[in-house]
Formats: sequence, structure tokens, C-alpha cells
Amino acid sequence: MYVAGMAAIVVTMFLALARAAIGPTVFDRILAVNMFGTKTVLLIAVAGFLTGRPEWLDLAIVYTLVNFTGTLAVLRFARFGNLARDDRKADRS
Amino acid sequence: MPPVELLLMLLLLATVIVVARLKDLFAAAMLTGIASLLAAGLFVLMDAVDVAFTEAAVGAGVSTVLFLGALSLTSRREKQQERTRILRILPIVIVVATGAALIYGTWDMPAYGDPDAVIHHHLAPDLIAETEEKIHIPNIVTAILASFRGYDTLGEVVVIFTAGVGVALLLGGLGLRRRDAGTEEES
Repeated sequence: MYVAGMAAIVVTMFLALARAAIGPTVFDRILAVNMFGTKTVLLIAVAGFLTGRPEWLDLAIVYTLVNFTGTLAVLRFARFGNLARDDRKADRS
Repeated sequence: MPPVELLLMLLLLATVIVVARLKDLFAAAMLTGIASLLAAGLFVLMDAVDVAFTEAAVGAGVSTVLFLGALSLTSRREKQQERTRILRILPIVIVVATGAALIYGTWDMPAYGDPDAVIHHHLAPDLIAETEEKIHIPNIVTAILASFRGYDTLGEVVVIFTAGVGVALLLGGLGLRRRDAGTEEES
């Protein structure tokens, strides 16, 4: 069952990569990368159970944190066009 | 090579080819994040979970953000430029030659997971046996990184610090110049 799950995850990785490559909008790509991060988390979790080391699950959870923070930064860039400047100015314009 | 790792390698190859061909730099930055996540997955499957985590945090997290920071200061699209035939072929030749040299270098290494490899014969058993009584740190990996290899780790930290300072200076003088401009605008 773990092997089937692993195969399914790799297939969805291919699909996410295709979406990230063809776009067409920025948000398609951001969502594809976010989903790819989720797939990596799942891959690590399933691989941990597959090789008899369920403690990799903890490791996978930390990856979600990296994925989430990265997605936030990218979305911020997509919304405001930069990462450093004051939000309020960007909102008004 | 197990099928999962082979598939991940194929995905990695597809990703880097797409990155090289994309003209939209924002999309290229996104796809480098995907490449890092794939590399991290491969490292995990090879049991190098610490390396994998560094790869995910630095490659997919921080360097994507740094790329975006650079993009916000420059342009989002790659400039189209006329290139002669030589200049078009030269990069791929250099990349293939470097890759071939690296693969040639791996031929002398023991096979992955080979129990007869030199490192499994004297170094690892010695460290497992003696670390605790020598420096009284129960975690052997921590002992190696922070004590036996302390200068190496210090050097790594210095390299990362230097790289960070370089990037910060390139991306706008540690924010000093921009902050000055901002206060002038407001006053």
C-alpha cells in the first residue's frame, strides 16, 4: 500500500511540475510549487513508513513550515511586487 | 537504483531543462524551488535527512525569496539578445563537460550503501565506541560536527556569513540607502 501511495505521489509531482512549467498565470505557478512542497512532505512521510522509520513524519511536518513560509513570501511578492517596502503605501496605490 | 529515486531524478532533469528554457524569471525562480524540493526528497531517500533539511530550507525557502528580492530590483523577464552560434552552444558544452568530469570522479567512490566501504571499517566504529568517553557528548553527530570537525563547521559558517553579506550589499547596501531615500520622501 505504501508503494502504491508513493507511486501516486510521484505521478502528482509530475502533474504539479507540468502546471508550474506551463503556467499560464503567476498564481498557477505559485500553487503548483506549494503543491509540490506538499508532495515532498508526503513523499518523505510515506518513505519513512516504507523503510520502517516512522520518525521521519516529524521531519516531514517541519518541511510544511518551510513550504508555508516560502509560499507566503512568494505571494507577498506577487501582490506587492517587492518584499521589503511598507505595505500601506502599496495598498493605497 | 530504486524506481522512486530514478523517477525523482527524471523529474529533476525535466525541471532544470524547463528552468533553462523559460524566459519568465519569476517562473524560473519558482521552478528552482521545485528542483530544491526534489533534491531534498532524494537526500531523504538516501538517508541524509540533515542535508535534505538544509537543502529544503535554503534552496526552496531562502534562495527563492532572495531570487524574488533580486527580481523586484531588476526585471521579470530575461532580455532577448542576439547570440552567435558559438555562444549558444558553448554553455551546454561546458555544462556537459563539467558533469562528465564529476561523474568520472564518482567512479572511484565505493558503491552507495556498500558495507565494505573504507568509512565503515575503521572510522565509524571508532567514533561510535570512543565518542562518549572522549568528550562526553551522547549524540555522535553533534559531537562530530561541533567538536571533532569544529573548525570545518566554523569555516562553513564564515562562508555563509560572507555570502549573506555579499548578497545584502548587492541588493541595496543593507537597506541603508533605501531607508535614507524613504525618510527624505516623507519629510
